[in-house]
Amino acid sequence: MKRMVNLQPSRAARIGLGLLPLVLLVLAYWLASDARLAENPNDKLMPAFGSFIDAIERLAFEPNKRSGEYLFWNDTAASLKRIGLGVGLSALIGLVFGIACGLLPLVRAGLSPLVTIISLIPPMAILPILFIVFGLGELSKVMLIVIGISPFIIRDLQGRVMEISQEILIKAQTLGANTWQIVVRVVLPQVLPRLLDAVRLSLGSAWLFLIAAEAIAATEGLGYRIFLVRRYMSMDIILPYVAWIALLAFAMDWSLKTLSRWLFPWYFGIGASDKASTESTKVAERTA
Amino acid sequence: MTPLIEARRVWREYGGNIVLENVNARVNAGEFITIVGASGCGKTTFLRMLLGSDSPSRGELLLQGDTIPDEPGPDRGIVFQRYSVFSHLSVLQNVSLGLEFERSPLLARLFGTSRRNAESTARELLTTVGLGHALHRYPFELSGGMQQRLAIAQSLIKRPEILLLDEPFGALDPGIRKDMHELILGLWRETGVTVFMTTHDLEEGFYLGTRLWVFDKIRHDPDNPNRYGAHISYDIPLGKCQPEVLDEIAANRVKATHAGRSDCR
Repeated sequence: MKRMVNLQPSRAARIGLGLLPLVLLVLAYWLASDARLAENPNDKLMPAFGSFIDAIERLAFEPNKRSGEYLFWNDTAASLKRIGLGVGLSALIGLVFGIACGLLPLVRAGLSPLVTIISLIPPMAILPILFIVFGLGELSKVMLIVIGISPFIIRDLQGRVMEISQEILIKAQTLGANTWQIVVRVVLPQVLPRLLDAVRLSLGSAWLFLIAAEAIAATEGLGYRIFLVRRYMSMDIILPYVAWIALLAFAMDWSLKTLSRWLFPWYFGIGASDKASTESTKVAERTA
Repeated sequence: MTPLIEARRVWREYGGNIVLENVNARVNAGEFITIVGASGCGKTTFLRMLLGSDSPSRGELLLQGDTIPDEPGPDRGIVFQRYSVFSHLSVLQNVSLGLEFERSPLLARLFGTSRRNAESTARELLTTVGLGHALHRYPFELSGGMQQRLAIAQSLIKRPEILLLDEPFGALDPGIRKDMHELILGLWRETGVTVFMTTHDLEEGFYLGTRLWVFDKIRHDPDNPNRYGAHISYDIPLGKCQPEVLDEIAANRVKATHAGRSDCR
C-alpha cells in the first residue's frame, strides 16, 4: 500500500470526488426538508425543490403584477451593472496606480503609505459616508465596491510590477526606451495577466460589498431582493437567488480566466500556435 | 587618440565593503576584452558601471573622454546570463522592439510599411544569429542557447558601440557553448563592436578575447575579507602572450584555493 501522500486520483475519480460532497449536501437538504414538511406542510424554513421552481418561474418568467417587470432579470441586470462598473473601475485604478507605484520610486514614496492606510479602513465603516456624499443612487454602491477592492488591486499590482526583473528594465533602457515606452511596451503587457488574476481574487469581496450596499439602500438588485423577502421568510426565493449569485460569480471568474489564457498565451506557456508555423504548434501542443 | 573607455583610479565601495580598488585601464574601440576572476571579485560590478546601472564611488570612468552616463543607454548593449528577453513578445517582436522605441516615441509601436521595414531588418539579424526558423515563437519555447542568441540579436539591432556580456554562456551546455563562441566571434568581427565579457571559464576567456583581464585582490586580510578590494591583476594582450602566463594565473588560483579562499571573500 502506497503512502497516502502519494495516492493520486484518476481523472474520473477526481470529478466523482468533486461532485460527491455536492450530491450529499443536496441529498441531506432534501431529506431534512421532506421530514420537516411531513410534520408541518406550512414550514417555510426548508422549502421543497418544487417551491424553488415555482418561485423562480413567478419571478423570472411572469411579469410582476404591480410593475409589469420581470423581477429576477431586473435584479440580475441591476446587480451585474453595479459590480461590472465597480470592478472595471477598480481594475483601471489598480492598473494606473499599481504601475506608477511599482515602477517609479518617487511615486511609490509619495503614495504607498496612503494606499496602505486606506486599505486598512474597513469599507463598510465608511458606507454611511458614501451614502451621505454620493446619495442613495447607483454611484454610492459602485463607489463602495471601488473603495473596497481597489486598494487591494493597487497593492497587489505594485508588488507584481516590482517583481519584474531588473534585467528586463535595464535591457529596455539599452534598447533606447524612455520611461513611458517602458510602461507601454514592457510593464503594461507584463502585468495585464496579473491584473486579471488580482481582479479574479477580488471578485468575492466585490460581491460582498455589492450585496451589502444593496441590502441597505436600493430598489432593485439581487441583494436588495434577498433582504426584502427575508421579512416574509421566503426561503423559496432566497436560496435560488444565492445559488444564482454563486453561479454568476463562478461564470465571471471562469470568463476572466479564459479571457486571460486567450489574450496572454505566453503567460500560461501556450505557444503562438495561431499565427506561427506548424513547428511551433507542435511545441505548443507539447507544452499545453 | 582618446580611448573608447578609460578607467582612472576607479573605486567602488558599498558601505565598508570595498569591491574594487584603484582600477586603471584604457580600452580602444574594437577590442574584445574577457574578464575572469573568482566570484565576488567585482567583475559584474565593473560591467554594471560600464552599463551605467552603477557608478564609481571614487575615480573616473570615461566613455570617449566624457564621464560615462549614470543610466543605461542604447550605445551600450547588454546580455545577461538569464532574463534578458521579453517573455511577452515573440522572437521577431523582441528584436524589432529596439527599432520601435527609436522610431515611434509615443506609442513605441510601428504600423504598416514602417513596421514591415523594421521587421525585415530584425529578420535579417535573426537569420544571422541562426534564429530565422523560430521568428514567431515565444522565449519560453526556446532552449537556453537560443534565448542567448535572441538576446544578442536584440542588443545588436541598436548597433551599440559597446556590447557587455555578463557570463552569457555560463548556463549553457559545453557543446552549445562552442557554437555560441563562434557566433559571438563572427558578430564581433563583422560589426566591429567593442566587447566586454565576464566569464568563470579561464579557457573561454583566453579563446575569445583580444585581451584578458583578471580581477583579483592584491592584499588580503583574513580577519576582514572586505577590507581590500580587487583590481585588474593581469592585463594580457592575447595572441601575443606566452603560455607560461596561463600557467602562472592557474598556479596563483591554486595557491589562493589552498589558502582557503576559493572566492574573493
